[in-house]
Amino acid sequence: MSAPAPPSAGAFPSPPGGFAPAPPPSTRRNAELLLLAFAALITTVSLFLVEASQEQSVTWDIAKYGLAFLALFGIAHLAVRRFAPFADPLLLPIVALLNGLGLVLIHRLDLGAAQNAKFNSDPIPSPDANQQILWTALGMVVFVTLLIVLRDYRTLARYSYTLGLVGLVALMIPALLPSAYSETNGSKIWIRLPGFSVQPGEFAKILLIIFFASVLVAKRDLFTTAGRHMLGMEFPRARDLGPILVVWVVCIAVLVFEKDLGTSLLIFSTVLVMLYIATERVGWLIIGGSLLVVGFVFAYQAFSHVRVRTNTWLDPFADYHNTGYQISQSLFGLATGGLAGTGLGSGRPNQVPFANTDFIVTTIGEELGLIGLTAVLILFLVFVVRGLRTALAVRDSFGKLLAAGLSFTIAVQLFVVVGGVTKLIPLTGLTTPFMSYGGSSLLANYALLALLIKVSDAARAPAPARKKDPAPIADAPTELLRRSESRPQE
Amino acid sequence: MNTPLRRVAVAVMVMVVALLANATYVQVIKADDYRSDPRNSRVLLDEYSRQRGQISAGGTVLASSIETDDRYKYLRTYPTDPQAYAPATGFYSIQYGSAGLERSEDQVLNGSDSQLFGRRLVDLVSGRDPRGGNVLTTLNPVMQQVAYEQLTAKGYTGSVVAIEPSTGKILTMVSTPSYDPNLLAGHDGAATTRAWETLTRDPDQPMLNRAVSQTYPPGSTFKVVVTAAALANGVATPDDQFTAAPNITLPGTSTTLENYNGSNCGSGPTASLTEAFRLSCNTAFVELGIKVGAANLKDEAAAFGIGPHRGIPIPVAESTVGTIGDNAALGQSSIGQRDVALTPLDNAVIAATIANGGVRMEPYLVDQTQGPDLSVLSKTKPVSVGQAVSAQVASQLTTLMVASEENTVGSRQSRYTIASKTGTAEHGSNPRNTPPHAWYIAFAPAQNPKIAIAVIVENGGDRALAATGGSVAAPIARAVLDAGLQGG
Repeated sequence: MSAPAPPSAGAFPSPPGGFAPAPPPSTRRNAELLLLAFAALITTVSLFLVEASQEQSVTWDIAKYGLAFLALFGIAHLAVRRFAPFADPLLLPIVALLNGLGLVLIHRLDLGAAQNAKFNSDPIPSPDANQQILWTALGMVVFVTLLIVLRDYRTLARYSYTLGLVGLVALMIPALLPSAYSETNGSKIWIRLPGFSVQPGEFAKILLIIFFASVLVAKRDLFTTAGRHMLGMEFPRARDLGPILVVWVVCIAVLVFEKDLGTSLLIFSTVLVMLYIATERVGWLIIGGSLLVVGFVFAYQAFSHVRVRTNTWLDPFADYHNTGYQISQSLFGLATGGLAGTGLGSGRPNQVPFANTDFIVTTIGEELGLIGLTAVLILFLVFVVRGLRTALAVRDSFGKLLAAGLSFTIAVQLFVVVGGVTKLIPLTGLTTPFMSYGGSSLLANYALLALLIKVSDAARAPAPARKKDPAPIADAPTELLRRSESRPQE
Repeated sequence: MNTPLRRVAVAVMVMVVALLANATYVQVIKADDYRSDPRNSRVLLDEYSRQRGQISAGGTVLASSIETDDRYKYLRTYPTDPQAYAPATGFYSIQYGSAGLERSEDQVLNGSDSQLFGRRLVDLVSGRDPRGGNVLTTLNPVMQQVAYEQLTAKGYTGSVVAIEPSTGKILTMVSTPSYDPNLLAGHDGAATTRAWETLTRDPDQPMLNRAVSQTYPPGSTFKVVVTAAALANGVATPDDQFTAAPNITLPGTSTTLENYNGSNCGSGPTASLTEAFRLSCNTAFVELGIKVGAANLKDEAAAFGIGPHRGIPIPVAESTVGTIGDNAALGQSSIGQRDVALTPLDNAVIAATIANGGVRMEPYLVDQTQGPDLSVLSKTKPVSVGQAVSAQVASQLTTLMVASEENTVGSRQSRYTIASKTGTAEHGSNPRNTPPHAWYIAFAPAQNPKIAIAVIVENGGDRALAATGGSVAAPIARAVLDAGLQGG
């Protein structure tokens, strides 16, 4: 359980231990800036295509939007330069591109909705894109603030129980609130106050990951030391199953009371994978997988909304006009897009209800085709893999688990969303990270990005910069260092 | 912790690969199924935004699509006499689907016909918006217009169908009252809905295509078929004598049938078939029909095309002579009453078949289909569907019909001779007090027929109970024939 030498990408040559001035370590910040400019360019060109094909008057405003976008992420970039200089240079540009593309698509759906409204002589709905730009700016504020405030992400471990409790409560609040304040389109996942509504599950996800990373680091021995061999694999002792059972129950409760299959699956699988990473025991995955199956079978038997979701998944056209409508429309949209797509602004993504939130991936698939969808999925894949790489590279276990949890949760969310709208798995109401319309999702994911960048900064920073033991990294007793930080909580 | 981390990274890649595989399945492999699903409104919306082809008649544009700046891009318009041509063109509506040629020839018009495949491919590569093909009808614009004006001038409810006997080309197809398909093709949803509601609630059924979708008792015009059956089967010759009594009791019943106005058939106790045909004597034809027999009559009717239809390509209602269970039924059927029901088109085909020497031609409304570049995709070849009667019998029938025309109100000597038969068909639950349908079938010139025609005016037109085929329907047909034969 000792951390091996960090892979070459994360390793920086230690300055020769003399007094000669060390060459400045390569931070790759300029590469990041270049990639951000590239993201801004792609976003601007996309916006131009949308405006042109939607027969909006194409003006220099587009260039202004592009520059504003670049300026916004330029600020984020400067913050990274200042507060996390060694962070992975790919994370921010990928998010910028996803966010920019999301904004363009939301704008495009606004135009479509306005046109529909005009045709039906309905009042034109207020555009969501303006709101989303505001959320993006706020997300940037959250991002920069976290970078500044959180000097060392390891301090989070100190508040893990508090954060975990807050997360849990946040997650469960919608279930306790009357439907009028929590329910939208059949899912009780909101806290809706006049003029303000928030989806606490999005934030709870991050808080719970911090909590589990901390708890797992502290109690890892408990989970690993004792166990029994069965079928060639090591299974944990029954008494150690407690925590995972608690998570399982919470997730089932979310599924039952909030009708939120997605969040439930998201949190449970993230915790499970963190447990597996912490303990290195496949047994957990098997137990967790079994619990998932048991939970699903139970939910299917007991709750009609789970049955409806499942049946709709198996045959969306059976009840086309009701439960199957959304997914059918999504499939029609994807199929109409085909391989190359209809072109940005030339499809009819507004045919799909909730195109700009749960179904934004359908819009991508329709207008940019399988090629565009693949590109977006690959962007996410690179983001997640860079996150996991950060986990590999970082020296402390808390950082490892935190980075792994945060990255993996994005992967699961992507899988649940894209799998849902393409009928690979039953449809759930999750948002596509950084792309879907919605403040909660965007703010939470920018917080997630800030944390990941912080861990990444720690992972890639040259050792002397932290004034640690001057011994070569491979020999450094990193385990002890980390334990001494998390022990006090026990 | 690094081994599990690496495994998790691999798992994430597997997840993305699974997503991509599934997306490929949906977007590439299953794509055609989903794309062509009728519930996929994108396909429809795409179709509306594609330039639909034209429908035309003899150089006159009946339906075309003009560019608009709304989201459907093209507006379907019916620029020329939309009401006169509505039975042929039908309508094309975003909300209410389509009818008439707009529906029957949809694949050509919307450009999805397989004959247009190569052109679609070129359009796809060149990035040009795909366009639909054109449909050229067989209609004669002059005749069509005259027929519509004739029917509407007096507010008649009825239909005119004219056919070129040698080919089966439908030269005229009018139905009144009619409607303006422009009202249904508009892009203003609310206005279209209002128009649709008004049209569908109208008790006069303006959207009913009476020429092909409605059947009527043919009345005396059916005597042509009965006579044809008699002559063809050797049951009678034109000189054979039949009763001239003003009324006759149907066999096995106490029901009597009488001649028009209860008059004697001519002056003698009996009348020849020629005389009975000329004067349209019911009693003689009841006798003749029973002599012919139900089987022969049914066979002859089928030979004249009464029965199921292939579509022209507009669907055509099935005409029938009924089951004819006994001689009483046979007697009534012989004068075109009881269960005998013909569409105006079928009655026109009967006239056209006699005019064509007994050879029945399949009627058709589409002369050509063309690509968007006016290249000919297909040209309808006239199809003969059998010899209904021999040329000799056809000639005998022509002689009888010429004689009948001479006995009809308003007959006149013109540059050409008309061969015709009138009909005044009773209908309704109280036939005596319900104005009869006035029928007239004819062809001209009798010796070298260019046009065969059938006219029906429902419920006696403006003459109510006093209406006869000769007084109400014949003038309309003659006007249409004049228009078609001008100079001929």
